[in-house]
Amino acid sequence: MKHSRHSLIELTMARLKEFWREKEIVFWVFCFPVLLSVALGLAFRGQSEVLIRVAVLDVEGAAELAKSLDEHESIDCFLLTEAESVVQLRNGDVVMLVVPGNPHSYRYDPTRTESSFARLLVDDALQRGAGRQDLLLGKDDYVEQVGSRYIDFLIPGLLGLNIMGSGMWGVGFAVVSMRAGKLLKRFLASPMRKSDFLLSFLLSRLVFLLPEVICILGAGYLIFGVEIQGSILSVLLVALVGCIAFSGLGLLCGTRIKTVEGAQGMLNLVMLPMWIFSGVFFSTKNFPEFMQPVLKFLPLTALNDAIRAIMLDGASLASTAGGLMIVVAWGVIPFFVALKIFRWN
Amino acid sequence: MDLGYNPMKLPVCSIRKEILLNQDDVVIRCRGLVKRYGDVTAVDGLDLEVLRGECFGLLGPNGAGKTTTTEILEGLLPADDGDVTVQGLRWGESDAELRQQLGIQLQETLLPAKLTVTEVLRLFRSFYHNGHAVQEILDTVELNEKKDAWVSKLSGGQKQRLAIGCALVSEPDILFLDEPTTGLDPQARRKVWEIVEKFKSGGKTVLLTTHYMEEAERLSDRVAIVDHGKVIALGSPRDLIGRLGGEDVVEFSVEKGVRLPDAGDLESLTGVQSVLIQDEMVRLSVAKVHLAVPALLEKLAETGAQLSMLTTHHATLEDVFVALTGRHLREA
Ligand SMILES: Nc1ncnc2c1ncn2[C@@H]1O[C@H](COP(=O)(O)OP(=O)(O)OP(=O)(O)O)[C@@H](O)[C@H]1O
Ligand SMILES: [Mg+2]
Repeated sequence: MKHSRHSLIELTMARLKEFWREKEIVFWVFCFPVLLSVALGLAFRGQSEVLIRVAVLDVEGAAELAKSLDEHESIDCFLLTEAESVVQLRNGDVVMLVVPGNPHSYRYDPTRTESSFARLLVDDALQRGAGRQDLLLGKDDYVEQVGSRYIDFLIPGLLGLNIMGSGMWGVGFAVVSMRAGKLLKRFLASPMRKSDFLLSFLLSRLVFLLPEVICILGAGYLIFGVEIQGSILSVLLVALVGCIAFSGLGLLCGTRIKTVEGAQGMLNLVMLPMWIFSGVFFSTKNFPEFMQPVLKFLPLTALNDAIRAIMLDGASLASTAGGLMIVVAWGVIPFFVALKIFRWN
Repeated sequence: MDLGYNPMKLPVCSIRKEILLNQDDVVIRCRGLVKRYGDVTAVDGLDLEVLRGECFGLLGPNGAGKTTTTEILEGLLPADDGDVTVQGLRWGESDAELRQQLGIQLQETLLPAKLTVTEVLRLFRSFYHNGHAVQEILDTVELNEKKDAWVSKLSGGQKQRLAIGCALVSEPDILFLDEPTTGLDPQARRKVWEIVEKFKSGGKTVLLTTHYMEEAERLSDRVAIVDHGKVIALGSPRDLIGRLGGEDVVEFSVEKGVRLPDAGDLESLTGVQSVLIQDEMVRLSVAKVHLAVPALLEKLAETGAQLSMLTTHHATLEDVFVALTGRHLREA
């Protein structure tokens, strides 16, 4: 008759150990979002560093023209033959071709913003080169607003995405694989309290939430200098609400499915639309007006909006309450439905 | 007669059974159990009573309904019809109480692969009010050397012993074992048997499901032979084998195209108790194999039949099953 620890603690410890010992899961939860943010952050780094690529048709006198254009800080200029220029214009390797002559002619696709911009830039450079004087003087006043870069937009989205993924997989998938291995049935055959079992999933998710948040926000800060305008505590609380919500939703997804393949299908079915429609990688404003009300009520959209409001706009926790209610509803309702229809064997 | 097993064991068991039968201490009772899956009737009006302190074996071929019956008794499956009491309690009324008293090993459970043996035992121990220390179970199921190994790194036999350990950790009154040794090699099987025997020697009850007749014969005080969801024979292994009428079985077949002697002729041979002719194969249940075989050979020589095969063995529960159903327990 030995004293033993409470089953809730044992169940939670078991979940934590299983999670930690599964190296693949650790990769997806901790390394993948960081790698993704690095990759996307590099691909979409500040536009000012980008050079406009234009070409000059390689005829007599073209070399000097090209050289003078290439000296411009925002222009990268090449000499191309007629044949090469056709291909490169089509591929977008260069966005405009200058055909030297009198007058020079500019060959470009006016529906492409970048090409139209190149035309203005090149024309301006050539006019100045020919000695034009500016009649009006303009002064540049660059907007250096914090949180306006793509990476600033991306990091909160990745945080939301990660909270969704680890909650849904961590609960939904785990429950189904236990059912598939008849472990749930074995638990049912013991006097284990079901509430302890379900609570252990939530607790283990919460334990891992903090390192997840630190990992993503830390990488964003250290690599890209993404800062949190609002309070860190508010971000953590929103993350907590999101974590609970997606654990509930994950549980619902896993209530009745019998095979791990079925679970994968189900979870992807639920999560993939949110990868696209919830403003993770680009704003939901890109979708037509009539879709907006629907998109706004997706759990991940509501979560991302709340995280961004706090991180980028420095909003208070109270001002995100509306969105958080949506997130909470997505967690609580599925949780109780799941309890009703849960299958142990 | 000696069945060839541990000679110390049989008398002890039968004595305990006598005492308990008198007390009529029934720990599991089910009446008219029925379970259907669509068109399939997995359990078809099954009755059984398990007495305190005995090892009760359910022996039957694949699909006989053993697991279904066991899981109904364990309160894991609802029956379509019939009545079940365990320790005098009913499922649906006293579940929490019952769960504390039972130790259950399911036919197939994948225990958490990435937990160690100790961690799994500690987890299961935490579900129960009372029970053994984890270390005691490690000793009982002989997994001390593997106590820090992940479940995924265990051999089949070790996994099975861990599953039994999880069932024993609560010091249960009744142990349910569903095919505890299927798929194990003979040595691993013997280890499992020793664990069960040790548990039973503490006066505890075991309900064992198997389709190995050696296992049923060695471990069980009483055996119910189950086929198509019904109990078709019930008794101690000795009684059941005894009902064949002979202690040995002679099987033979003759070259094709030669007429066999009549069943009646065979039955009248010295020492032969009963005859079963199945296709080409003849099985004789014999009391005195040293007399019966010469008599048989003489008879065959008379009719001019050439033997193509002849074997003899001590009668087993397998022979009981064949005599009852004309089929083997495990279709090869
Ligand atoms: N969940 C189920 N759905 C449909 N049919 C089932 C189900 N479970 C069992 N059966 C059927 O019920 C019958 C009895 O199955 P059961 O598992 O009880 O047999 P068993 O005696 O334990 O066999 P085995 O020795 O193979 O374990 C079989 O015909 C089986 O196909
Ligand atoms: Mg079975």
